[in-house]
Amino acid sequence: MIASPSGLDRYVPLLGNDVEELRALARPLAGAEVLMVNSTAVGGGVAELLRRLVPLMQELDLRVNWDVFAGGKDFFAVTKAFHNALHGGPFHAGPEAFEIFRSYSERNLQHLRRDREFVVIHDPQPVALIEGRPAHTGHWVWRCHIDLSHPNQAVWEFLEPWVARYDATIFSSPSFARQLASPQYLFYPSIDPLADKNRTLEPAFVHSVMARYGIDPERTLLVQISRFDRLKDPVGVVRAYRIVKRYFDCQLVLAGGTADDDPEGSAVLEETREAAAGDPEIHILELPPASDLEVNALQSAATIVIQKSLREGFGLTVAEALWKKKPVVASATGGIPTQVVHRYTGMLAHSVEGTAYQIRYLLAHPELASRLGAQGHEHVREQFLITSNVKRYLSLFLHLRGK
Amino acid sequence: MKTAEAPFGFVVASYLTRINNQQASSLSELRAGLDQASDASIFYHTFQSLGRYHFLAESFSNDFAQWVLAALNRPILAEWLGGLDIRDYVSLAELRGDLRRLTTDYCDAHPQEAGVSAFEPFYFCESVEVAVPLEWEARTLEEFRNCLLRLSHSSFYYHFIASRLRLQLRTNDFSQWLSGSLGADDLARRVNRIDIYTNTLDSARDEMVHLIGQEAGRQ
Repeated sequence: MIASPSGLDRYVPLLGNDVEELRALARPLAGAEVLMVNSTAVGGGVAELLRRLVPLMQELDLRVNWDVFAGGKDFFAVTKAFHNALHGGPFHAGPEAFEIFRSYSERNLQHLRRDREFVVIHDPQPVALIEGRPAHTGHWVWRCHIDLSHPNQAVWEFLEPWVARYDATIFSSPSFARQLASPQYLFYPSIDPLADKNRTLEPAFVHSVMARYGIDPERTLLVQISRFDRLKDPVGVVRAYRIVKRYFDCQLVLAGGTADDDPEGSAVLEETREAAAGDPEIHILELPPASDLEVNALQSAATIVIQKSLREGFGLTVAEALWKKKPVVASATGGIPTQVVHRYTGMLAHSVEGTAYQIRYLLAHPELASRLGAQGHEHVREQFLITSNVKRYLSLFLHLRGK
Repeated sequence: MKTAEAPFGFVVASYLTRINNQQASSLSELRAGLDQASDASIFYHTFQSLGRYHFLAESFSNDFAQWVLAALNRPILAEWLGGLDIRDYVSLAELRGDLRRLTTDYCDAHPQEAGVSAFEPFYFCESVEVAVPLEWEARTLEEFRNCLLRLSHSSFYYHFIASRLRLQLRTNDFSQWLSGSLGADDLARRVNRIDIYTNTLDSARDEMVHLIGQEAGRQ
């Protein structure tokens, strides 16, 4: 019987000796006790990340536990309001919101595993657990996955005294960080190349998805994957496509879902359909939540992938497309310029007209488009894969231990 | 084949990025930032950018040049800054001095451009190097070549590029060992001449392996 490869060994065909070096980097940390804490076991990007990250770190002989902060509906209503306010929105809740936050933090402190060498607290919900840190022990790190560049002051001033007590903080982009006294590190969000959304698909499956949606696999295909949200500018994508269409025969796919907590989603979908009216070569696909393989197939079949966001968090759909060696035309906003280095790993644009021009340019210069896709793939391989994320954690732990 | 008494000790290297509380939104702010930035920050945006974008061979040289072009659309200054070759420097103070001098010269010649706002700010960051010894050693050219082929990009970068500052010499770890421990002075010189700007790290490694093969054939 042939033993199936372990978790990390499955990455060897993609990453070669980098996996061996990851093991070497982890060797001095063998047996180190690590605690990761976030606020949800399922759903959401952080839980998805930890579900993949923790087993890989365990395989590297770190003793990692993942604990979930226990909150009730009232707590999550407060932290949802915090979340929106930290993104720059208004905050209307009264002082009782702060009291609810404190009270759940105190309850969770009773169950906290305090004696770990490394404790990583994810996002604002469990940030107050730093209160449970025994004096002068362990290394405590706050990993902030959200954009804190323009926070609501009342909420930030409430949270900041806890944040300031951590030994280090981690942000996803320099533009998301705050002025803090403790060191701030840059850890990019990451994709898993073995996940359904990113693994290499059989051509027959890709063709079957194209057929299911009535897309011609032989003709130029422009694709934007994102939920129907005004900030993703799907109507702008349709306008850019119409400009490109004057010069090149092409089809457009706009595929995504509408978030349950986004009441505008249906309206934006309707506006997009109106903008596309009369053109059968614009395919607007409302995908159900578990459509990772379909998303993968659409990205894999694309000639060019577009991400014409007006505002963006990090925009990992760009990394997904680059990993598939696709030329990308995207807006210079949020974390996108980190992934798309203009003219090196893709093309950046600032308007509908600019987006259309860059698409036309790449369609007219397929050899350049191919080179950008290849270079983009290398960029993702080095910076935006789950294994790079593991490497950054190992490096940070070694650095903190050595200080 | 000659065997070295002191083996080449390979390390696995990793680079953390630390975000500084400092940014620039115009050329005059960049100039001020160059004065205030730590040595680790100058290293990150020059030496380290070659490692981060190791797969690019055409015209990408450092973060300052790239930002001046992409966010400020100032191609002349971008060319000046991009023309600096890190192999010419054994100290970051010298490199910082030249970056600052070129930016000042440009601002003096184009004073109306010094305060123009960039599309996006330049965020000063720093590099934190973490290195752990690998359990591989090389004592012969053959062993050295085999280890070289197994090395990751960041570890190859550590020995071939970042080492220049550590050694404070105009050379690198590989050339230092080839010359000092194997007596292969000519090979060491040729390895040190490999152009890290017009090569990717992979093609630089390929060239090195080719040179080692030639040398092994002569021994």
